[in-house]
Amino acid sequence: MQQSPAQIRHAYTRMRLIREFEERLHVENPKGEIAGFTHLYAGQEAIAVGICENLDERDYIISTHRGHGHCLARGCDPRDMMHEIYGRADGLCKGRGGSMHIADLSKGMLGANGIVGGGQPIALGAAIACALRGDGSVSVSFTGDGASNQGTVFEAMNMAVVLKAPKVFVFEDNGYSEHTGASYGIGGDLKTRTEGFGIPVWEADGFDYFAVYEAARDAIAEARAGRGPVAVLATATRYFGHFEGDPQNYRAKDEVKRFREEKDCLMQMRRRVVEAGIFSESDLDAIDAAVIEQIDAAVASAREGPRPGPEIMLQDVYLDY
Amino acid sequence: MAVMTMRDALNDALHREMERDERVIVLGEDVSGGAGGTSGSRDAAGGIFGVTKGLLPRFGDKRVIDTAISESCIVGMANGAALAGLRPVAELMFADFVGVSFDQIFNQMAKFRYMFGGKAKTPVVLRMSMGAGMNAAAQHSQVIYPMLTMVPGLKVVTPSNPADAKGLLTQAIRDDDPVMFLEHKALYARKGEVPDGDHLVPFGEAALVREGQDATVVAIARMVPFAEKALDKLEAEGITCDLIDLRTTSPLDEETILESLSLTGRLVVVDEANPMCSMASEIAGLAARKGFAHLRAPVQCVTAPHTPVPFARELERLYVPGPDRIEAAIRDVLKEG
Ligand SMILES: Cc1ncc(C[n+]2csc(CCOP(=O)(O)OP(=O)(O)O)c2C)c(N)n1
Ligand SMILES: [Mg+2]
Repeated sequence: MQQSPAQIRHAYTRMRLIREFEERLHVENPKGEIAGFTHLYAGQEAIAVGICENLDERDYIISTHRGHGHCLARGCDPRDMMHEIYGRADGLCKGRGGSMHIADLSKGMLGANGIVGGGQPIALGAAIACALRGDGSVSVSFTGDGASNQGTVFEAMNMAVVLKAPKVFVFEDNGYSEHTGASYGIGGDLKTRTEGFGIPVWEADGFDYFAVYEAARDAIAEARAGRGPVAVLATATRYFGHFEGDPQNYRAKDEVKRFREEKDCLMQMRRRVVEAGIFSESDLDAIDAAVIEQIDAAVASAREGPRPGPEIMLQDVYLDY
Repeated sequence: MAVMTMRDALNDALHREMERDERVIVLGEDVSGGAGGTSGSRDAAGGIFGVTKGLLPRFGDKRVIDTAISESCIVGMANGAALAGLRPVAELMFADFVGVSFDQIFNQMAKFRYMFGGKAKTPVVLRMSMGAGMNAAAQHSQVIYPMLTMVPGLKVVTPSNPADAKGLLTQAIRDDDPVMFLEHKALYARKGEVPDGDHLVPFGEAALVREGQDATVVAIARMVPFAEKALDKLEAEGITCDLIDLRTTSPLDEETILESLSLTGRLVVVDEANPMCSMASEIAGLAARKGFAHLRAPVQCVTAPHTPVPFARELERLYVPGPDRIEAAIRDVLKEG
């Protein structure tokens, strides 16, 4: 653990924020106020945060349909995100995008994406912009095990190598692509595939914040130094269904319970930090309490937020038309 | 006759056709589901809308193929399997994913027969869910049939009820040309009477759902039940209309539309698509070209606005042409002439 207490506090807070955000949405969703598809990230927090703690404001990320964790890890405002998920006029995307399309370009967050595999070439485009600027910045795409089978991902990997672009491919293997196990859909394995393109791969236990952080630190340093694209491969699980309401017939009944009890990323981080004497249990409890308060406030204000009217539907199709 | 949902009617057609012809195969993402999962159960999904449920246990994994998330490959595989003598029914979970696989659709399957001197047959059915109604936002809610309708070589099907869904899907599977089969996701739970046994609805024959005198209303898919709602209200005031359910946008049943127009002189077209290059503009053009002499008032087009599909409930409701807007358009078309 070479991170300062302040860094660790920051990372722990972000992970807790994601967890509470998602757990709370899981509770709120059945009440019927939230429309559309909601894909929750709980269980994978260490990956988004372990990666994003290595980024600064010059960098870019692009997310997936399961975007809340990536957005929060990148510093998007949880209140504005909550308003978006509730479809409010003052949401982060004016209520037009919803859960699956949260974006905040001011934070280098190029959007959650409803098209699986849509993001990787886009992130490569941002990476060539980084290279042109020559400021050592990088561009990160998050890719699920399922998404890794989309042709666009292979095309982006190949071009990233050809162009020696500062592109970071983060593969998140959570074991499932909707209702199908990762092992069914992936021919070969993610590591050797990626290495086949000449992209070096750092593997990490996606339940272990420190492991992801360190893998990402080393990988991203290579990309920043202009040595071409890199990949981080992290394995974890999602705690909830593919979407809220998924009956999860494809999954053993006790699977999640076991992961929660034995591997949970927040549980592990707490244990490590307390054992190392960096923070006490009560320090961490205080962080948790503050996060819960923040989420309570975000949900309360989202529920009362302004409903979008016709002008919001018609604006912003073009800049000028 | 049995009363069932559109979902079950489609499922019935798939079962029957796979039973009848062993060249029929089904492929797509999670068409069965559960492979590689920890519950040990296959057919864990049966398609994300349940349309392909039960096919894997009945017909096995050589004919019911779960794929990775690779839409371009799914459609390409269907094309190749068709050229090699099979009759694939491929599924795209959402019509929007045509965006990922469009080359295989409009450069490949649509053109084989023509380019290859009339020697190829590509009996692919590409099923997909379409439309707004679930607040699934801009990348999971589009109708896109106008884009497919403009491609020579494709037939395009848009059922509005369970009986037609069964009859049109059966026809699609037996048809030797590539067929785009668009299932409106807000209609999967719609119930109706469905003929038992073999049921075929030929392509290019619109259905006259209601007869009336004051105007001709042409509608597609979910717009049909919405138009019926509007007509229920107007009929209470003594206003009656012909309601034509297009059923297929390609081939297009011009005759039924023009014949009705010749009797009513007034035309309202209801189309969930964006207005430019839509079925609404196509049919308005048809009226201008071939029905001009009968027109007593400007054609009214009821469509979505020229915007992507918005997420929020309030916005999606504004976006989708609903019964109120249809009613208003019918009243407008009756004002003039
Ligand atoms: C092009 C495209 N195909 C299919 C889908 C439907 N879909 C959404 S998420 C998903 C599974 C993605 O699995 P994975 O990449 O492992 O991400 P996870 O859901 O596990 O986070 C599928 C098939 C989609 N949104 N876009
Ligand atoms: Mg996955």
